Amino acid sequence: MPEFYFESLSAFWQMGGYALFVWLSFGSTYGLLAALWWFSQRSQSRILQDLAKKQQREHRVRAQQQLEEEHNESKT
Amino acid sequence: MFKWLDPYAKPETLYRICGLWFPWLMTLAVLTLLLSTVWGLGFTPADYQQGDSYRIIHIHVPAAIWSMGAYSSMAIAAFIALVWQIKVAQWAVGAIAPIGAVYTLIALLTGMAWGKPMWGTWWVWDARLTSELILLFLYLGVIALSGAFADRQLGAKASALLAVVGVVNLPIIHFSVEWWNTLHQGATITKFAKPSIDPSMLWPLVLGILGFALLLAALTCLRLRTAILLNEQHRPWVRTLAQQSVQQGHVQQGNVQQTKAGRGV
Repeated sequence: MPEFYFESLSAFWQMGGYALFVWLSFGSTYGLLAALWWFSQRSQSRILQDLAKKQQREHRVRAQQQLEEEHNESKT
Repeated sequence: MFKWLDPYAKPETLYRICGLWFPWLMTLAVLTLLLSTVWGLGFTPADYQQGDSYRIIHIHVPAAIWSMGAYSSMAIAAFIALVWQIKVAQWAVGAIAPIGAVYTLIALLTGMAWGKPMWGTWWVWDARLTSELILLFLYLGVIALSGAFADRQLGAKASALLAVVGVVNLPIIHFSVEWWNTLHQGATITKFAKPSIDPSMLWPLVLGILGFALLLAALTCLRLRTAILLNEQHRPWVRTLAQQSVQQGHVQQGNVQQTKAGRGV
């Protein structure tokens, strides 16, 4: 098992003077990856709901059309 | 010859397989990336020339390798879609493209953050950097083209064509460090000789490469599922799935209207 390389936690954060570049890299990488996952997950969990709503709307429209047809038939 | 592959091209089967695989792939990807990052950041010695700035390698190299790996798989899918007219291959192109674009962006950004302290500049118009930037534009082109036509079929075909043609960029990226004089260093591990990196630094890097591959596979599964549902939304099996999601209470205002609408059918 490899040992912890830095002498202290503050030395770890300073990254031998390269803190800005190292943390910028790791931060942007995992930020971007997390955003990609979040967006993909969101569209996946929303799509079935959206499709269900669409179906309900279709049902409603069809029901309404049928009602109107019945109404027109009873008129004539 | 391709008979054993046939069932996998059926959208419904593929949807279920991807759903089965996604949680495992994602868990493994997160664990591997976490291990690689912790190991690479805290448990490897510093480089004798570059100090601690070299630790960026543990995300830069995996992202760069799989930015090209993702492009190859996307191009293969595009080729299959163009030649054999397999629908799911076409949808896979659209599923992979954004992942590849993000990987490429990561490779470029981490490269810039590494180049500034080591080369003294964020960016140079050098062969490796420029060809990798072109890769990003290719990805963006594939994404943009698929939505650029009123006819969705035509847009899909155009983006698949661009994906296939763009493959010429891959060898250019890989050999750019040999063909031209460049600031970028040559291959360290993707060559046919012994890797020129110490084993203590190699292992977290290998884990990183594995992690980015797993993440690519996992996110492809996830995005492909969405694409399958979107494109198959008028098929009975998707309609059933959507109804089931209503019954499970995912749609709040659902039930009343459904019984009301039930008369209509």
